[in-house]
Amino acid sequence: MHRKVVLRVVSKFLIPPILLFALYVQFHGDFGPGGGFQAGVIFGSGFILYAILFGVETVKRVLPPWSTRLLLVVGVLTYGLTGVAGLILGGNYLDYNVLAHDPLHGQHYGILIVELGVGITVAASMITIFNVFAGQSGGD
Amino acid sequence: MENVIIIVLMLMMGAVGLAIARIRDLFAVSMLSGIFSLIGAAAYVVLDAVDVAFTEAAVGAGISTVLMLGTLALTTRKEKLGGGKSKSTTAFLVVAVTGAVLVYGTFDMPRYGDKIAAIHHHVVPRYIEKSGEEVGMPNIVTSVLASYRGYDTLGEVFVIFTAATGVLAILGRARRRREDEEADEGGSDTKGAAS
Repeated sequence: MHRKVVLRVVSKFLIPPILLFALYVQFHGDFGPGGGFQAGVIFGSGFILYAILFGVETVKRVLPPWSTRLLLVVGVLTYGLTGVAGLILGGNYLDYNVLAHDPLHGQHYGILIVELGVGITVAASMITIFNVFAGQSGGD
Repeated sequence: MENVIIIVLMLMMGAVGLAIARIRDLFAVSMLSGIFSLIGAAAYVVLDAVDVAFTEAAVGAGISTVLMLGTLALTTRKEKLGGGKSKSTTAFLVVAVTGAVLVYGTFDMPRYGDKIAAIHHHVVPRYIEKSGEEVGMPNIVTSVLASYRGYDTLGEVFVIFTAATGVLAILGRARRRREDEEADEGGSDTKGAAS
């Protein structure tokens, strides 16, 4: 892998736009096509591309295994607890109207947070699954 | 014009599918299945489902191909030849009959884009008319997925979470043991987070 100069240079140019595009898809999902699932998958594939070219160990220095496992849970809890917050504030489970004084703002915040939870879960699970697969053969 | 593009894409998918069925080299098969997904993503774009196309291109063509290649690295790249000619004829007959039944079933389905089809009349008019006032998102797909059908999406997130934890439970152990042997800081953290 150390001699694939073209792939390494091109991927170094491409990975920042890939991650940026993932964030765009995440936070522009209210207006354009996309949302948490798509953003998470694109974000995860950026890291996976990096891991393929520069080794899983290099990625693990940025994202240690415990952190992706933690993010996996954080994402699911973000979604679930948004629903619980609706319950506490006097609405139904996953009812975003009560999250703010104006129901429309409540919906906006609710969808933003929930989509963030989806994105975090999807990205973390893609990276985790890849790390586990690659870790089987890697290192020996 | 759209129909022509769709037909061409479907023919290409058919050709790739036939190639996958015939080729015994599993490396080529995984690359071809990635190509299959990429053509599928193009078909979704033609059908105006851009977000589905994103997912198909990233997961189907990207990540799952990488995971297939990872599996090949762990196992072998040659398909084991088994079964005689009789087995493959039976399999072909089963597939042909099932396919014919499925095609027969589509004759009763409404045509693509038919506005009197049942799915366009149940809750869809309400979403289209009211989601602007009730949710306020310009993108109705997002308001349906995240707000009207929040439970559905929560379930999907749990599915992905379960998939990741399942892979960790089956394959994560060997790696964790090795990390314990290395006994570095990251290794102990991993154990704490995973157990």
